Amino acid sequence: MLHKNSTLSYCLQSTKIHCLLLVFAHTVREFFFYRKEYKLFYQKILLICLFIPFLNESMSFLGDEQFEGGNKEKRHREKRRDGSKDRRKRANAKRRERSRADRENEEFEERLGKREKGRRGRVKNDQEAKKRDEQDSEDKENSEDKEVKPESLSPDELEKLKEAVDEKKKLIQSLRGKPWPMKKKLVTLQETLRIQSHDDQDFENFKTACIPWEMKIKEIESHFGSSVASYFIFLRWMYGINMILFGLTFGLVMVPEALMGRPYGSIPRKTVPRAEEASAMDFAVLWDFGGYAQYSVLFYGFYSNQRAIGWLKFRMPLSYFLVGVGTVAYSYMVVIRTMARNANESGVGDDNSFNFSWKMFTSWDYLIGNPETADNKFASITTCFKEAILEEQESRKDDNIHLTRFLRVLANFLVLCCLAGSGYLIYFVVRRSQKFALDGFENHTWWERNEVNMVMSLLGMFCPMLFDVISTLENYHPRVALQWQLGRIFALFLGNLYTFIIALMDEINVKREEENIVKFNITMWEASLYNGTVSENFTASPITIHPADVPRGPCWETMVGQEFVRLIISDTMTTYITLLIGDFLRAVLVRFLNHCWCWDLEAGFPSYSEFDVSGNVLGLIFNQGMIWMGAFYAPCLPALNVLRLHVSMYLQCWAVMCCNVPQERVFKASGSNNFYMAMLLVILFLSTLPNIYTIVTIPPSFDCGPFSGKNRMFDVIHETLESDFPAWFSKVFSYASNPGLVLPFILLMVLAIYYLQSTSKSYKEANVELKKKLQMVIQIMKIILLLPTTVNNWRNNNASFQGQEGEILLPKSRQLENESYSCLIIQTYCLRRKERVTFFSKKTYDNEVKKKSFPVVFSF
Amino acid sequence: MGATASQLDTGKLSEYEELTFLTKQEILLAYDRFDKLVPKEEKNRIDYRVPMEDILELPELKFNPFKERICKVFSTSDKKDGSLDFDDFLDFLSAFSDSATLEIKSHYAFHIFDFDDDGTLDRQDLKKLINCLTGKADKTSLTPDEMRMLIDNILEESDIDQDGTVNLSEFQHVISRSPDFVSSFQIVL
Repeated sequence: MLHKNSTLSYCLQSTKIHCLLLVFAHTVREFFFYRKEYKLFYQKILLICLFIPFLNESMSFLGDEQFEGGNKEKRHREKRRDGSKDRRKRANAKRRERSRADRENEEFEERLGKREKGRRGRVKNDQEAKKRDEQDSEDKENSEDKEVKPESLSPDELEKLKEAVDEKKKLIQSLRGKPWPMKKKLVTLQETLRIQSHDDQDFENFKTACIPWEMKIKEIESHFGSSVASYFIFLRWMYGINMILFGLTFGLVMVPEALMGRPYGSIPRKTVPRAEEASAMDFAVLWDFGGYAQYSVLFYGFYSNQRAIGWLKFRMPLSYFLVGVGTVAYSYMVVIRTMARNANESGVGDDNSFNFSWKMFTSWDYLIGNPETADNKFASITTCFKEAILEEQESRKDDNIHLTRFLRVLANFLVLCCLAGSGYLIYFVVRRSQKFALDGFENHTWWERNEVNMVMSLLGMFCPMLFDVISTLENYHPRVALQWQLGRIFALFLGNLYTFIIALMDEINVKREEENIVKFNITMWEASLYNGTVSENFTASPITIHPADVPRGPCWETMVGQEFVRLIISDTMTTYITLLIGDFLRAVLVRFLNHCWCWDLEAGFPSYSEFDVSGNVLGLIFNQGMIWMGAFYAPCLPALNVLRLHVSMYLQCWAVMCCNVPQERVFKASGSNNFYMAMLLVILFLSTLPNIYTIVTIPPSFDCGPFSGKNRMFDVIHETLESDFPAWFSKVFSYASNPGLVLPFILLMVLAIYYLQSTSKSYKEANVELKKKLQMVIQIMKIILLLPTTVNNWRNNNASFQGQEGEILLPKSRQLENESYSCLIIQTYCLRRKERVTFFSKKTYDNEVKKKSFPVVFSF
Repeated sequence: MGATASQLDTGKLSEYEELTFLTKQEILLAYDRFDKLVPKEEKNRIDYRVPMEDILELPELKFNPFKERICKVFSTSDKKDGSLDFDDFLDFLSAFSDSATLEIKSHYAFHIFDFDDDGTLDRQDLKKLINCLTGKADKTSLTPDEMRMLIDNILEESDIDQDGTVNLSEFQHVISRSPDFVSSFQIVL
C-alpha cells in the first residue's frame, strides 16, 4: 500500500511540474491575446493547474489499461502477493536460473580468454567476421536458438546473450501463468531451454504431501463448500499450536522431572497420603484425577523445589516457570501474526464499492460437488441478491427506525438478563458445591457431585438457542446477526468461565487459610516428634517416617489444575455425546423411521442436523482458553488437548460426512476469519489475566510444587540470576529492571505504537483520497474522450456555430457531481483550439436526462 | 497407477509440471481420471478428445452451473463442441488449482461468464449469469424487476468506461479487489 502511494504521489509530483511549465507558457501567450478577460482567466488557469496533473495521470492510467495489457499482466504477476508457496517456487526457480546463467557466463568467459590469446595475431578479417556474427547472433536470438558460437563473443554480446537467456527463463517461468492452451505452451517450452533440476519441486511436492488431513479436508470441502472446511482448517491450525505447547511442556517439564527428578514415594509431595491410599487406584478416583493421578507429573504439586536435578543439573523450577511464560508468549505471537496476515490479505478488499459485482462474480463456490449443497448455494445466492437489492432500496428510505431501535434495545436487555441469570446460577452452584465438598462428597448423589460441570454444559447448550430466538426481534442483516449471535455466546461463555474462576478464587482463599492452620500444626507435630525422639534416643539420628504419613497442606495449585482438567474432560464428553446423540442418532432415526412414519421426517420437523460452523469454532476457542488458563498448574493439559483435538478431527469429519446436511445459509469463510481470531486473542488475554494475578499476588504452597519455600513464584528468576550468572549480569539486570528505566521504555513503546497507528491511519486516508482522485480522473478522461466527437457532431448539425448556443450531454457519475469541472474541461479544450466559449446557466431538463448525464449549455 | 502411468513418461510429466500449477502427483491423478473417461479401444492415444457429455458427468463438475461453459472455454477442439483432450484437461485443472495466480483465474472466469464469446459481458451475459447462479428452481429465481435492478447496480459499479458492458480489464479490476475469489474459484480432483 505504501509503495503504491509513494509511486502515485511521485507521479503526481513530476506531472505537476511538467504541467505547471506548460500552463505557464500558455498563460503568458494567452495574456497578450485576452488582456481584458485576464482576471477571470487567471482564476481558471489556477484551477487548471490544480488538476491537469490528474489528467496526465489518467492518460497514463488509461494507457496502461488499454494498450499495455500484456506488460501490465507481467508486472502484476511479479508484484503479486499471492500464495506464498507459489512465490517460493518461483523464487527457487529464479535462483536456479541465476546460478545457471552464472555458470554459462563463466564458461563463456573461459572460452573468451582462450580466444583472446589467439586473436591478437589475427587480421582485420576477424573483425568483419565478428560483425557478421553479431548480426547472426541477433537473428538467433530472434529465432530462439541458444547455440551461439563462443568464438564470436565480445563482452557486449555476452551481455546481450545473457539477457536473452534470462528473458527465456522468464518466459518459461511465466508460461504457466499464461492463459494459453497447453499445445501452445508445450511448443514454446520445447523451443526454449529445458530445465534440468527438479529437486526443489520434488521437495515442494513432498511438503504438500506432509500436511496432515489434507485429503480429508479436501473431501469435506468438495461436499460442503469452503465454510465448513474452514472449521476443519482452523481445527488443524489449533492442533499445530497445541502440538508445540505440548512439546514444550512435555519435553522441558514432564520428561525431565519423570526421568531425573526424585522418584515416586521419596518425599511427601510425591506420595499418596495414607488416608487416600486405599482408594488411590479406584477408577472413579482416577477418573476425577485424584489418587495416583494427582501425585504424578501431571500436576503442579508433584514437582520438587530442588534447584537442579539429575546429572544434567537441569534447573527444574526455572524451566517450569519459563515454559509457563513461553507457552503464553508463543500463543500471543502466533495469534497476532496470523491476525496481521489475515488483515493484510483482506485489507485490500474492505471497501464496499463493488458490493454487487462481487456477489455476482465471486459468489459461486466451485468446490461444491454435492447436489444438496449446490441447491442450498443457489438459494443463498438468491436471497443474497434479494437482500442486496432491498438494502440498496432501504438505504434511500429508512422508515419506522424508532421501532427497530426499540426492538434492538429490548433484545439486548433480554440478553443481558439471560447473561446475568446464568452467571448467578453458576456462582450459586459453585458455592453450593463447596458446601457439599466440606461435608464430603460421599454423602451426596451423582448430580450433586457433578452439578457445576453439568450446569455449565447445559447453559452452554440452551442459552445460544434462547439468543437465537431473541435475535429474530432485531431484524439485522444475516451476517451482522451472526456476528451479534457469536458475540453473545462469547459473552455467555466468558461470563460463565469468569464466574467459575471467581468461585475458584474463593476456594483458593479457603485453602490458604487451611494451609496456615496445617503449617502451624506441622510445626507442633515436628516439635512433638523431636521432643519424643530426644527423650527416647540420645544420638538424635533422623527418624524415618514414611512420607505418606507426613501431614501436608492442601496444595491449591494442584486443586486449580484438577478443576481445569475435570472441566476439559466434561466439556469434551458433552461435545462428543451431543455429537453422537444430536447428529448421529438423529440421522439414524430420521433415515430408518422415515419409512413408517406419518410425515416426511427428512424434509419435515426433525430432519438432519446442520453443521454449525460458528458454534463449533467458538467451542474450540473456549476450550483453548481453558487450556491456556490451566496449563500452568496442570502440565498435562496440552497433552490432553492434543488428544482431544485429534479425536475430534476424526469424529467430526466422520459425523459431517455421514450425518450432516449442508447449512442453508452458506457463508463465505474468509469474511469472518479475523473475527474468530480476534475472539481467540481476547480469550488468550482474558485467560492469562487470572494466571498472572495468581502468580504475582498469591504465595505458592509451602510444601508442594517447584516454587515451594519461595515467597512468590517469580522469585525463581531472581534466584537464578544471583546464583547462576556472574555478578555483573545480575547487576545489569537489576538496573535494567529498575522502574526508572522500565517506565520510560514502556512510555516509548506506547508512543511508538501511537505514532505507527497514526501513520497507518493517515496512509489509509491518503489511499482513500487517491482512490477518489483516480475515480475522478477516470471520469474526466471519459469526458475528454467524448468531447471532440460531441462538439463535432454539434457543429455538423449547426452550420454556423459562431455565437450560437450549444449543449452537450456529459456522462454523470457519483464521483463527479460538480459540473464546474466539466465546464472547465470544455473551456481548456476550446482554448487550445483558440475558440472562446461562454457558459450559461442550466436550462431545465426532465429528470430522466438529469439522472444519467448533466447537460452543459454554452456558446462559441 | 501402473500401466496407465507408464504412458506419461517422465519428460512429458516434468514438462507438464513446468507448465501448470499442478504437482507431479496431481498430474498423475489427473491422468488417471482422464484415462477412465477414454474408451478401451482408444487407450493408447493421449490426444483422444473426450466428448463434453462425459466430462460433465465428473462429480466435481456435475453440480456446477457453469459446467458447459467451462468445457467450452477450455476446449481447443476445432468443432467447438466442448470436448477436451488431456492437454485441455490439464489446462482446466491448472487454472482451478489453488496455486494458480489471480490473473489466470480471472482471465478464465471472464471467459466462462462471457456466454456469447464476444469478449465483453453485456446485459444478456449478466442475465444468463444470474440465472445460472440462482438455479433452475422457481422459488429461487428473481423477478424481471429485480433482475434489472441487479444488472443496473452491477454495471454502475464495474462498468468504468460506461459503454454498457464489462470488459476484461474492468472485470479483472473488480475481481482483484475481492477477498475470496481466489479461494472459491477452485476445483480439486
